[in-house]
Amino acid sequence: MLDDLDRRILRYLQVEPDMPLSDLADRAATTPSVASRRLSRMRRDGTIVNKTVLIDWAALGYEVEVSLRVTLDKTQPRAFDTFIDAARDVPEVIEIQTFLGRVDVRLSVVARDMADINRCTVIVF
Amino acid sequence: MILDETDRALLRLLQQDADQSATALAKNLRMSQPAIWRRMKRLKEEGVIKGVALNLNREKLGLGVTVFLGIKLATKGRVSLEDFERAVKAIPEVQQIEHVLGLYDYRLRVVARDISDFERVLRRRIMTLPGVGDLEANVLLSEEKRPGPI
Repeated sequence: MLDDLDRRILRYLQVEPDMPLSDLADRAATTPSVASRRLSRMRRDGTIVNKTVLIDWAALGYEVEVSLRVTLDKTQPRAFDTFIDAARDVPEVIEIQTFLGRVDVRLSVVARDMADINRCTVIVF
Repeated sequence: MILDETDRALLRLLQQDADQSATALAKNLRMSQPAIWRRMKRLKEEGVIKGVALNLNREKLGLGVTVFLGIKLATKGRVSLEDFERAVKAIPEVQQIEHVLGLYDYRLRVVARDISDFERVLRRRIMTLPGVGDLEANVLLSEEKRPGPI
């Protein structure tokens, strides 16, 4: 269970993941060694999954990002599995979400232009 | 920016774990540390790497429910978007707010501990927002981020 100090540490770290330990400790009103121990524990137990880089796809030539909302034929027992497996094979799909609601699956897809989106869409469907 | 194979390998490693030291990355990619530094510097300067993010496990944080709410503002009573947006931003359970075109005016990403906590947020904070008309909920079941076309 997380206590208030853990939460304070996470709040500051979320905003600035590269904050130096001493700054983080100051802001969270603790010492660097305590902050370090808490961070180690949260990494070990999986509260902190990882730190990742954010990529600007436009800088790599992927100018377009679209949100595809999909409704599946739910009478097919493997509809979700089949669709999601196919979506995973398309590199331009950067996020896959499943829902209970009007929409079953939402894909975030990046592409160079709209013609590229059409190509990706055909591959998945 | 055009990436070569080494840039791609470096980006993939950083996506998995941006905490890795330059030493570890250098060893992994069989390069020198300065070479790694130079490539990382270039990737940042060219804007390919736009920042760093912390991935947290929502379940371990006690946030078991995530719901995307589509909100249509009521047309009668001419509500100012600023009032609505200011009020929404004050709700800590709302993680993301998007102004959208389509059936709805806003799309909110709301987290809560469980269904009854969500109901509390919905009834006391969301439905009382100035100008809220129709609402539509999509409950998030699963979420997976993919590495992308690197």
